[in-house]
Amino acid sequence: MSVATATEATIGHGPVRAGKRETAYPGWFLLPAAVIYAVLFLLPTISSLYFSLTRWTLFDATFIGFENFAQFFREPFLVKGLVNTVIYAVVTSSMKVVLGMALALLLTSRIVARGYLRSVVFFPVLVSTIGVGITFTVLMHPTNGMINEGLALLGVKGPGWLTNPNLALFSVALVDVWKGVGLATVIYIAGLVAIPKDYYEAARIDGATPWQNFWFVTLPLSRPATATVITLSFIGGLRTFDLIWAMTKGGPGFASDTIASVIYKQYQAGFFGLSTAGNVVLFILIAILVVPLTMLLNRKRGHE
Amino acid sequence: MKNRASVIGGLAAILFSFFVFVIPFLFIILMSFKDRQQASLRDFSWPNGFHLWDNLVAVVSTRNWMMVTAFVNSTIMTVTSVTLLIVFAAMVGFVLARRNSRWNGPIEFLILAGLMIPPAVVPTIWLLQGLKLFGTLHGMILIQVAYNLPFSIILYRAFIVTIPRELDEAAVIDGARPLDVFFRIILPLLWPVTVTNIVVQSVGIFNDFTNPLYYLPGNQNATVQLTLYNFQSQFNTSYNLLFTNILLITIPPLIVFLFFNRQIVAGMTAGAVKG
Amino acid sequence: MNTWKTLVGLTAGLMAMTGMVGIAMAQTSLTLFSPNDQAAVAYTEEMVAAFEAANPDISVEIEVGPGGTERDNMVKSRLATGTMNDVFVYNTGSLFQAINPIQTTTDLSAEPYMATILDSFKQTVTATDGTLHGVPYGQAMGGGILYNKKIYEELGLSVPTTWDEFMANNAKIKEAGKAPVIQTFGDTWTSQLFVLADYFNVQAAEPDFATKYTANEAKYAGNPAAMGGFQKQADVFNAGDLNEDFGAAVLDDGLRMLAQGEGAHYPMLTFAVGTIAQNYPDLVSDVGYFALPGNDAAKNGTTVWMPTALYISASSPNQEAAKKLVAFVASKQGGCDPWVKINAITGPFLIQGCELPADVPPAVADLQTYFTADGRTAPALEFLSPVKGPNLENITVEVGSGIRTPEDAAALYDEDVKKQAQQLGLPGW
Repeated sequence: MSVATATEATIGHGPVRAGKRETAYPGWFLLPAAVIYAVLFLLPTISSLYFSLTRWTLFDATFIGFENFAQFFREPFLVKGLVNTVIYAVVTSSMKVVLGMALALLLTSRIVARGYLRSVVFFPVLVSTIGVGITFTVLMHPTNGMINEGLALLGVKGPGWLTNPNLALFSVALVDVWKGVGLATVIYIAGLVAIPKDYYEAARIDGATPWQNFWFVTLPLSRPATATVITLSFIGGLRTFDLIWAMTKGGPGFASDTIASVIYKQYQAGFFGLSTAGNVVLFILIAILVVPLTMLLNRKRGHE
Repeated sequence: MKNRASVIGGLAAILFSFFVFVIPFLFIILMSFKDRQQASLRDFSWPNGFHLWDNLVAVVSTRNWMMVTAFVNSTIMTVTSVTLLIVFAAMVGFVLARRNSRWNGPIEFLILAGLMIPPAVVPTIWLLQGLKLFGTLHGMILIQVAYNLPFSIILYRAFIVTIPRELDEAAVIDGARPLDVFFRIILPLLWPVTVTNIVVQSVGIFNDFTNPLYYLPGNQNATVQLTLYNFQSQFNTSYNLLFTNILLITIPPLIVFLFFNRQIVAGMTAGAVKG
Repeated sequence: MNTWKTLVGLTAGLMAMTGMVGIAMAQTSLTLFSPNDQAAVAYTEEMVAAFEAANPDISVEIEVGPGGTERDNMVKSRLATGTMNDVFVYNTGSLFQAINPIQTTTDLSAEPYMATILDSFKQTVTATDGTLHGVPYGQAMGGGILYNKKIYEELGLSVPTTWDEFMANNAKIKEAGKAPVIQTFGDTWTSQLFVLADYFNVQAAEPDFATKYTANEAKYAGNPAAMGGFQKQADVFNAGDLNEDFGAAVLDDGLRMLAQGEGAHYPMLTFAVGTIAQNYPDLVSDVGYFALPGNDAAKNGTTVWMPTALYISASSPNQEAAKKLVAFVASKQGGCDPWVKINAITGPFLIQGCELPADVPPAVADLQTYFTADGRTAPALEFLSPVKGPNLENITVEVGSGIRTPEDAAALYDEDVKKQAQQLGLPGW
């Protein structure tokens, strides 16, 4: 094995010399993807870094140093937006982990109508975010929305899901979970199915209770699935924009603003340099939160 | 005993899922049956008459049959970019998983960056103009490929690790060339994770709203998500047509779903989880 | 290898299909970028049909884009990248200044039809170097209170000319079990009307407010006259005068409540009368209009909005044909008759020689009375000063929902406009 690695290492460093056997993994396999990615994504992204240091009207750009960053941090709602972004990401990703795991356990058990249930849970993943946003905005209407009318039948007066400033962010997060829990569930189902039956057999012989079964077998062995769910939904949560924009536009007032919606508002208002600076800030925030998180998740996996 | 518990549990789950997951879709369907006046009330009520056909005709024929153009464009955009994504991402994933070069670190950083950095719109437009690709489906397709590559590469790389290396080494010894190894041996083995890629990426690209808005202006270039604008403006909204539109553009993802339903879990088992 | 070839073939085939657009045309083909609201689309279709009939060698394709702030975005990106349609519809006043019109749009100052367009409109499409760039794409509008005349008759109320009278009317309407004031924060832009429509009253108290404001010498905060709009919005909230679902209702709901008499007052622009006429043709005669009252009955008048304008993109290769279309829109046949035909009259025309039909809805007739008297109209601030903060609608939602006090809101808005002024490079900021 170590010999093989050594050979590969040499191949990786330079062109293959004549006479050596041809590699099955030529470096040019990376080329098509690398060209498209570098030209259409990296190049514009790097050039935008310059514009984050300018007052930019799209028609001309005046260099103003770090003034945009200073201004961005002076934005009255930026701090709230930062806090909201983190709350949103934590709430959605943890709910997706818990509910996804629970649903996966349910849907891998010997329950009736399993196929129907799996389909129904997964289907919202496929529907357009904008469509979901429009639909739930209507369903969450405080007086004649279906949700509150349903609650009224039970004698409960429903809250203003999207109009109460303390609730709006959580309502959107709830819809996010509704739409995304199917993907988490499928990832968990896959993880659960992959756990070898021997473990449960051994646990059964040891006389483990269902709870012990879950705690000592299922949970640790589905850690890779948990890592995937957390990483994907956490990054997604930090970047979230479509759903918030379709449902509240960051409102009422500024109550459900996240960094992404603050950036978009700057862009809309024509503050292009400022919004580019915001993008840089968002990237740094994501990097600060996500890189340690992935490292943590991966390290723990290494110990298994 | 166990059977009865599973039946009761199942019934409870069905009931619950009906309220949480089915009713919102019923609501969309009911709305698309209503006339404009009733729909504007946006309540969960039985339609006052059968207006689905009128609504469908109105939605499809608005703006010179824009919906038809939109479906053609979205289909071409989705199928082509997903095809390219699968081939290119699988190639990258293959090489990344098999070779341990000093470049792996930087490449992985770039992939993570692609997941995290929001794209810079205006410089991208300038670039596309320079390449004569602005406002063309070709350009839009390449953009979709560029933006979605990182996610696909991650899925593929994780999966390829699980395929025994002996397979491709044996093929090389038999004198097979790299392309043959890849397309004849590796790619077919990747089918489960390819299904995952097809489902997730095609749905994401088909439902993409923001990117076509910026990079693909013009009526002849409309994509399906943009048709939602026909019925929702800041001054008035035709809710019956808006929801008929939502219903209509949900059909293609539904077809993809029905087609690949059974294989989705299998693909996930292999791809996303074992990495 | 076969798989590879199939894939290449498939991809190439699909890419080729995407290239099959663009058949050669014998005639000039223009594209027009129109907003997506119902009345504008109906007018555009009607107008284009008439134009094409008169100019068989020119065809016009209508592209409908989003409205509101999303439109600001698209228009700016397209202009900056030279990808704008040949002709496009966009706002006048402060937003017009932000698209760098001297570089991006065609100078129309020398066109003969400019003489027939009213000065009040022309000043809103005048660039900083004094050149004119657009023609009116619609009619002037009033911004004030649309009210239900039936409720007024039933309760024996009279049209208020001071804020105190207005609040007194509200109290009586509330007693009668109706919502005195309709608010619809589901469409956030509708929340700005109290502040924006109050500008006539601001100007009455401080005639040079706009000039000072542009020069960074006048502020909202600490200025009772300027803050009046915020204060009024807080008053109606504190009095509990709003409809129950004000936080989630949208414009359509507001118009329904007003037309059907569920609510009595709706602060709105008069273009909405056109929507009522379409959705509730039997009820449009129940809807009247009065100016947002100030403190002094002797100084009562309405704030006026200019319509959007039609511009030619400087990067269009079809300047000649585009100019013909714009000239048509500046004429009675193109700029007025189609509006009459589709029955969307919301205020006075801005082209000389265009008369309003005799049977206009009562709200429009009410608005007309302000125009016939001297000194009873003032343009909205956004047509007098390029300074307008992007967050006003969020701030007014907060004031109108009791989340923020008027004083706080005024200070916050002053902060908000600063960025805008700096971005425009105005002196004194």
